[in-house]
Amino acid sequence: MKALMFGWEFPPHILGGLGTASYGLTKGMWECGNMDITFVIPKPFGDEDKSFAKIIGASQVPIAWRDVTRQYVEERIGNVMSPDEYFRLRDHIYADFNYMHLNDLGCIEFSGRYPDNLLEEINNYSICAGVIARTEQFDIIHSHDWLTYPAGIHAKQVTGKPLVIHVHATDFDRSRGNVNPTVYNIERDGMLHADHIITVSNLTRNTVIEKYHIDPTKVTTVHNAVTPLSEDLLNVDPPRAKEKVVTFLGRITMQKGPEYFVEAAARVLRNNHNVRFVMAGSGDMMEKMIILAAERGIADRFHFPGFQKGKQVYEMLKASDVYIMPSVSEPFGISPLEAMQMGVPSIISKQSGCAEILTNVIKTDYWDIDSMADAINSIVTYPAMHKQLQEDGLNEVNQITWDKAGAKVIDIYNKALHRN
Amino acid sequence: MKAVCFYFQIHQPFRLKRYRFFDIGNDHYYYDDYSNEEIITRVAHKSYIPAAETLLRMIQESKGAFRCALSISGTALEQCEQYVPEFIDLLKKLAETGKVEFLAETYAHSLSSLTDPEEFREQVKLHDAKIYELFGQRPKIFRNTELVYCDDIAPMIYDMGYKGCITEGAKHILGWKSPDYVYAAAACPKLKLLLKNDKLSDDISFRFSNPSWEAYPLTADKYIDWIAQTPAENQIVNLFMSLETFGELQPRESGIFQFLEALPRFAAERGIDFWTPSEVVSKCKAVDTLEVLHPISWADEARDISAWLGNKLQNEAFQKLYSVSERVRLCSDRRLKQDWQYLQGSDHFFYMSTKHMADGAAHAMFSPYETPFEAFTNYMNVLADFIVRVEEQYPLSIENEELNSLLTTIRNQATEIEALNKEVTSMRNNLEHYNEEHALREATKETPEQKTDEKKVAKKKTTVKKATKKASKTK
Repeated sequence: MKALMFGWEFPPHILGGLGTASYGLTKGMWECGNMDITFVIPKPFGDEDKSFAKIIGASQVPIAWRDVTRQYVEERIGNVMSPDEYFRLRDHIYADFNYMHLNDLGCIEFSGRYPDNLLEEINNYSICAGVIARTEQFDIIHSHDWLTYPAGIHAKQVTGKPLVIHVHATDFDRSRGNVNPTVYNIERDGMLHADHIITVSNLTRNTVIEKYHIDPTKVTTVHNAVTPLSEDLLNVDPPRAKEKVVTFLGRITMQKGPEYFVEAAARVLRNNHNVRFVMAGSGDMMEKMIILAAERGIADRFHFPGFQKGKQVYEMLKASDVYIMPSVSEPFGISPLEAMQMGVPSIISKQSGCAEILTNVIKTDYWDIDSMADAINSIVTYPAMHKQLQEDGLNEVNQITWDKAGAKVIDIYNKALHRN
Repeated sequence: MKAVCFYFQIHQPFRLKRYRFFDIGNDHYYYDDYSNEEIITRVAHKSYIPAAETLLRMIQESKGAFRCALSISGTALEQCEQYVPEFIDLLKKLAETGKVEFLAETYAHSLSSLTDPEEFREQVKLHDAKIYELFGQRPKIFRNTELVYCDDIAPMIYDMGYKGCITEGAKHILGWKSPDYVYAAAACPKLKLLLKNDKLSDDISFRFSNPSWEAYPLTADKYIDWIAQTPAENQIVNLFMSLETFGELQPRESGIFQFLEALPRFAAERGIDFWTPSEVVSKCKAVDTLEVLHPISWADEARDISAWLGNKLQNEAFQKLYSVSERVRLCSDRRLKQDWQYLQGSDHFFYMSTKHMADGAAHAMFSPYETPFEAFTNYMNVLADFIVRVEEQYPLSIENEELNSLLTTIRNQATEIEALNKEVTSMRNNLEHYNEEHALREATKETPEQKTDEKKVAKKKTTVKKATKKASKTK
């Protein structure tokens, strides 16, 4: 089966969980066999892993005719796209886009990030999708997250192939209820055009059904999974503090519930002084949190090391005794799974999608700071608790693999294609 | 001639309230009174009382042909006394018929038999006393918590004077053997073992109202027929179950009470008797010895002790709890002793099980906690406070042995003081008598003996003082 996937991020150049999930899922589907996947991203860097999927960058797709030589194309974009591909795409330009701001190859430039003119970039991406859809051969279209829904819809309208959209998050998660109407419209439009909708958790599924008023029969949950960590990362050996360390890793934003972590920390420190708390990451609530920690009089035990990337993340985890994710609304939340892979017991909020599939973690309501404090204290005080969660958690997380998720997605494809 | 031996278990633990770690050292009350009262009242009215009434009717209507045994944990008795005393009255009526035997067990429904023989004996004695106080019976047959049994436990049971012990007919122990015979303990051949007939017991407790079971609906007629069809040389069919089976596990609408009530009639038709465990033990000879190296029980698929001590959490909590058992036995604080009993209930460990699938569902059904981790955290917090209280009485910095010897000294001194006091009073009496006699005789000369007597008394007094000083110091 051939699938055309639209995504926004792809490792190693990722900004959030979306890239990791798209990568894992694509690889998992490829492992199931008999899958031929073309993955479209806005802007490839050339160092992406192309072993299991063909990658097309929207920024290399010509949408207006330019008379260029093969050699010139090779020189300009040879590292990310073959000239043959370029010329094949050029043969399928479907309208005159010369009024747009284009480069010497007739392509639109993409930032590949989340710039201020995001809506414009989404639209441009969809224009490129039209060319790609006319060029490539495929059976099904798969769009990852709202940024690529317009592209998916476009491809569906051009080819008549079924569209599957993958909801990694909704605007309700990002905004704690204050949704942006434009974003909501794009999301809902995608859901209405989709033949089937995949959500990353039942939590998200309910949002899709209740807030976007979508027919429940066409919404299916496929939980995310984790890619096994390399030996290199598993064996990082950072220096360890004398005290027990409780870590929060993520964007310090409203969605992640950082204030509940500070309050819980204050409660733990009232009775137990042998603990340090770390809030790693950056975000618009960071300053507020620093002030809050100071107000609670725990600044000496509460640390803000800032944004962590790459290997630093794993060093941070390895040096921790407890990982905490008090998210107010988390569509899935892959980070506790990574903590478990590193052998760190996790405390997660019941409002996280991953709580639906994990058993060897402690789940509390995000607002229940007493319960959270109790759980932290229990793990750092009772060695049996730490060990039990660590060992069983590791076993558990090793079972959550992408090939299982991939198989489910393939089932959904077959359903959308009426093949079974 | 065949016989059926029924035994019904009644147990309720003292569930713990939500106890946060900031409560440690501040709050010394651990129990969730609301849910304890709610559960015992609900279960009693739905199940225990109608079941006991049914048993009473069965005994009366069969003119004593129906007999059975009851095993009630001390904690359940306490809760019944407190919340549903009418059930205790009903039990007393059952006891008066003389056809109901009460079994011995550990007071707290604890697992002390696995780790702490002294605690085990004390609890069994405590439970026996409670049964005698309420029902006027001295138990003769022992039933350990959740039918836990192994070779190490057998001699302890026998030494306490019990003739028989009830346990599980675990398949991995029996192999090709049938549970429908009396066996003897390998480690203590004089102790007879009564084994639960798994299939027939579970037909009632778990399958009775299951419409997808091929034998559904089960009637008393059919059931007695199954028993009658077992090989003729089988001695006894042991049907052991929780009394909650009637009305709680199997709802009243399923007709479970009518089923139970009809059993004696059909049994009489087919010449099947009902015996109490004591009768079984006295009437049947053991056909073989049974070796049980590792503890067995009636819980979970594995029929071992993994339901309570199957993971790290459970083992840690269990070890922490019994690490202070010697200390607690030294204490005389009544509330501390009471908490000690309640905290030993096996249920607390049952809630911490991390098993999955069918077993996990059984654990989750009874657990007041959402997850085993919550169960562990809560229990450990309570235990931490409890240990703080024990330490306040006897600091952990003193070794157990040292403490023991100090306490022995204190006790010895106390007895010595008592003896000396007695001597002093008797001396005084003697002296008075002597003086009186002396006055009567009107003797004039001073007796030298009197002086020495007085001296003796004085000497003794000083030793007494020393002893009390010592005692207060060690305290």
